Amino acid sequence: MPVQKIDHPESIIPRKRAAAPGQIAEKGLITLPGESEREVEDLAGATYLTTKLDQVVNWARGNSLWPLPFGTACCAIEFMSMVSSHYDIARFGAEVVRFSPRQADLMIVAGTIVDKIAPVLKKIYDQMPEPKYVIAMGACATSGGFYRAYHVVQGIDEIIPVDIWVPGCPPTPDGLMYGILKLKEKIERGEIRRG
Amino acid sequence: MSTLTKFSPIPYTGPAPTNREPYVPAEASKMDARGAEIASKVGGLAQETGQDLPTFVVEKERIVDVLRSLKNDLQFTLPLECFGVDYPDRAKRFDVVYQLYSIANNERVRLKVRVGENENIPSSAPVYQGLDWYEREVFDMYGVKFDGHPNLRRILTHENFQGHALRKDYDPAQRWLLTEEGVAKIIPKIDPRFEREESDSDYERVTLNLGPSHPATHGTLRVVVTLDGEKIVGADTEIGYLHRCFEKMSETHSYQQVIPFTDRLNYCSAIINNVGYCMTVEKLLGIKAPERADYVRLVLSELMRIGDHLICIGTNLVDMGALTNFWYLFQPREEMYGLIEACCGARLLPSYLRIGGLAVDVPPNFLQLTQNLVSSMPRYLNDVDKLVRTNRIFRDRVEGVGPISAQDAIDYGFTGPCLRACGVPYDVRKASPYLGYDTYDFDVPIADGGDTYARYLVRMEEMRQSLRILQQAIDRGLPSGPVMVDNPYVALPPKEKVYNEMESLIYHFKLIMHGIQPPVGETYFQVEGGNGELGFYIVSDGTKNPYRVRARPPCFSIYQAFAKMITGQTIPDAIAALGSLNIIAGELDR
Repeated sequence: MPVQKIDHPESIIPRKRAAAPGQIAEKGLITLPGESEREVEDLAGATYLTTKLDQVVNWARGNSLWPLPFGTACCAIEFMSMVSSHYDIARFGAEVVRFSPRQADLMIVAGTIVDKIAPVLKKIYDQMPEPKYVIAMGACATSGGFYRAYHVVQGIDEIIPVDIWVPGCPPTPDGLMYGILKLKEKIERGEIRRG
Repeated sequence: MSTLTKFSPIPYTGPAPTNREPYVPAEASKMDARGAEIASKVGGLAQETGQDLPTFVVEKERIVDVLRSLKNDLQFTLPLECFGVDYPDRAKRFDVVYQLYSIANNERVRLKVRVGENENIPSSAPVYQGLDWYEREVFDMYGVKFDGHPNLRRILTHENFQGHALRKDYDPAQRWLLTEEGVAKIIPKIDPRFEREESDSDYERVTLNLGPSHPATHGTLRVVVTLDGEKIVGADTEIGYLHRCFEKMSETHSYQQVIPFTDRLNYCSAIINNVGYCMTVEKLLGIKAPERADYVRLVLSELMRIGDHLICIGTNLVDMGALTNFWYLFQPREEMYGLIEACCGARLLPSYLRIGGLAVDVPPNFLQLTQNLVSSMPRYLNDVDKLVRTNRIFRDRVEGVGPISAQDAIDYGFTGPCLRACGVPYDVRKASPYLGYDTYDFDVPIADGGDTYARYLVRMEEMRQSLRILQQAIDRGLPSGPVMVDNPYVALPPKEKVYNEMESLIYHFKLIMHGIQPPVGETYFQVEGGNGELGFYIVSDGTKNPYRVRARPPCFSIYQAFAKMITGQTIPDAIAALGSLNIIAGELDR
C-alpha cells in the first residue's frame, strides 16, 4: 500500500508530552496568570482534550464531594460531630449528606461492619453511580479493629475497594476531615481510576 | 539524677488473693434470709445460698409456674433479662438464668434452670412478653430450644451462621459468610386488630422495608412494615446488624482489657458503661474505689447522661425536619468532650476508668471546666425547649405517637427514661444508690402517656436534674487523695517505683502477665445508663479472664416493643417514635 501523502502537514498538532500526575493540578488550571489562556487554547487541540477536561472535572469533583454516611456504630457519632456546627465540613464542600446511594459519590463507612450487614454494604456500594470513592473510617472498617471475632468483617476491603483509610477508634472529627482532604487531593491528581 | 531507693516496704498490708478462693458477697446473709422467705411462699425453688441476690435453682418443668407465681404473688413484674452460661464439664451443661425485679418492693431475684445439651425448656414468653427476644438470644448463642416460643429463630447472628457462638467450644474467630441469597425475607404478621379490614380498604397492602441503612434508623436497625394506605397494619423488627461479639470477646480478654469493649456498648455515654463494668468487678473483688475517683466517676457519668440525651433529642428532631436544633445541641456536646479530652486525651470513647479507680488524675482546672459547662448548658436547653415545645408542627408530630402503657412497658422490661415517660418512677440512682447518689438532692422526672412527647419531656427534665447534681458536686469540691486503690493486686504501681523497687517490679509483672484474679463466683451490679438499667453479670473462675460477662442492655427490651408501638400508626410516626426511644445499636446488638 502506497504511503499517503499529507497535503497540509501544518494542520497536525504535535502531541505534547503528558505532564506528571499532580504537576498541572498543583499549578491549577485557572489560578496562574497568563497560564489560563494557553490552557484554553490547548483545550482546542484534539489530542489531549480529554485529559484537560478530566482535570477540570476532577477539580470540581474534589471540591464538592457528596458523602453517603454508612454509619453503623460509634464512628457515626463522630461523623455527626464533623458535619455539625463545631467542626463544619461545609468549609471543604462535603456537607451535602445524602442517604440515597444514587445521589452520593463518597461513601464513608463509619463503624463496624459485621457479616450480617456485609451484603447490604455491597449492595449500596453497587447502587452508587460512577465515579465513587470510599473512605474507611476507623479501625473497625479498616481491619475489624479489636473485634477479631466470629461475626465481624475484618476490614471492608474484603467486600468493596477503599480509597482512604482513616485510623483511630474512633477517629476524631479533624482526623476524618484530614481523610476527606487527602481524598480531594487524590481526586485532583487524577489518581483514582475505576470503572 | 537517680532517685534509687533500695528497700522501701510496700504499704499494702491486706491479704494477697489466692487463686480459686470463693466469692462471698457482703450482703450474702441478708439475701439468704430473704431468699428463704421467698422460697417458703413459692413452691419449687431450691435455694442457692451465699449469693449477692436471692438465687434459686428451678426444675425446667416448673419454671413457667414459678415465674407466674413470682410475678402475680410477689410482684416481680419487671423481667430484667434471661441469658445463658455454659459449663461444658457439667452433665447439664447450660444454666439459663432469669433475673427479675420488683418495682413495688425494690428487690431482685435470680432463677437458674439447668439444661443439658439436647434438652428443651418451656418458653416463659406467655408470662413476660419481654422475655421473647431474650429467649431467642439464648437459643442463638447456646442452642437451647424453648418449647412453645412463638418465633424461635436466630436473632443476633445471621441466617447462614452455623453453631452457637457463646458455647465454650466455639472458636471465637470462626466466621461464616452471608451472601445476598442467604438473607431471609421478613414478612410481618398482620396485627389481629386489622385482620378483617382488608376487603374494606381501598388500598392494596404493601410491605415496605426500612433499613438497615436508612437515614432515620440510628445505627443499623431494620424495620419491616406492612402498610394499608398510610397505616401500619403489621410490623416486624430485625436486629443483629451490629453484633460484634462483646460477650465472647470479654471471655478472651483479661478484666482490664474488657473496659474498652464496654465503651463501645452505648457509645453515646461511654463512661457510664465503664462505671457499670468497673463497679461490678470491684464488687467481685470486694474493693472500693477511692473517694476522689468516685467523685469524678459521678461527675463524668452525669455529663455523659446529658450528652446522651442531647444526641437523642437532637437526632430525633432532625428526623422530624428540625435541623437547627441538632446543630445547636451539638455545640455543648463538643464542649463536654473538651473536658473529657482534658481528663484523659480521648473524646467519644475515653476508656478513662480502671478497675479500682481512674487511669490518670483529672487536670487541675477540672472543677472550673465543669462549672463552665454547667453554667452554659441551661441556655442551650432552654433555647431548644422554647423552639420546639410550643411549636405546632412538633407537637402534632409527637403527641400520642408511639405510645405504650405503663403495664406493657413493665411487662416488656422497660427501664430508664422510656419507662419514666409512662409514669413509673424507677431510677437505679434512687432505688439502689451507688457512687453516693443518695447524698445528692435530685428529682426523678416522670410524665404521663408514654408517647414520644412524654419521652422528650422526661429527657429534657432529666438533663436539668443532672445539672442540679453537677452543681451540688461542684459546690462540695473535689475530694483530695489518690484516684486508684492502694492494692497492688489490682492497681499497677507507679512507674518510678517499678524501676526502682524489686517488689513493685514483681507486682507490675504479675499484674501484667497474670492479670486481676477475682475470687470464684458470680455477681450482678447495675447502674442507671442513658437508656435505663445497665447491668453487668460476671462469672469468675479465678483466672485472669472473665468466665462470662453478660451486659444487660436496656435498649434490647425497649426495641422489642417497637413493632407493637407503631402498629396502627403511620411511617412518619414510626420515625418520630424510633428517634425518641434512643436505640443505640452497639448496646442493642452488643
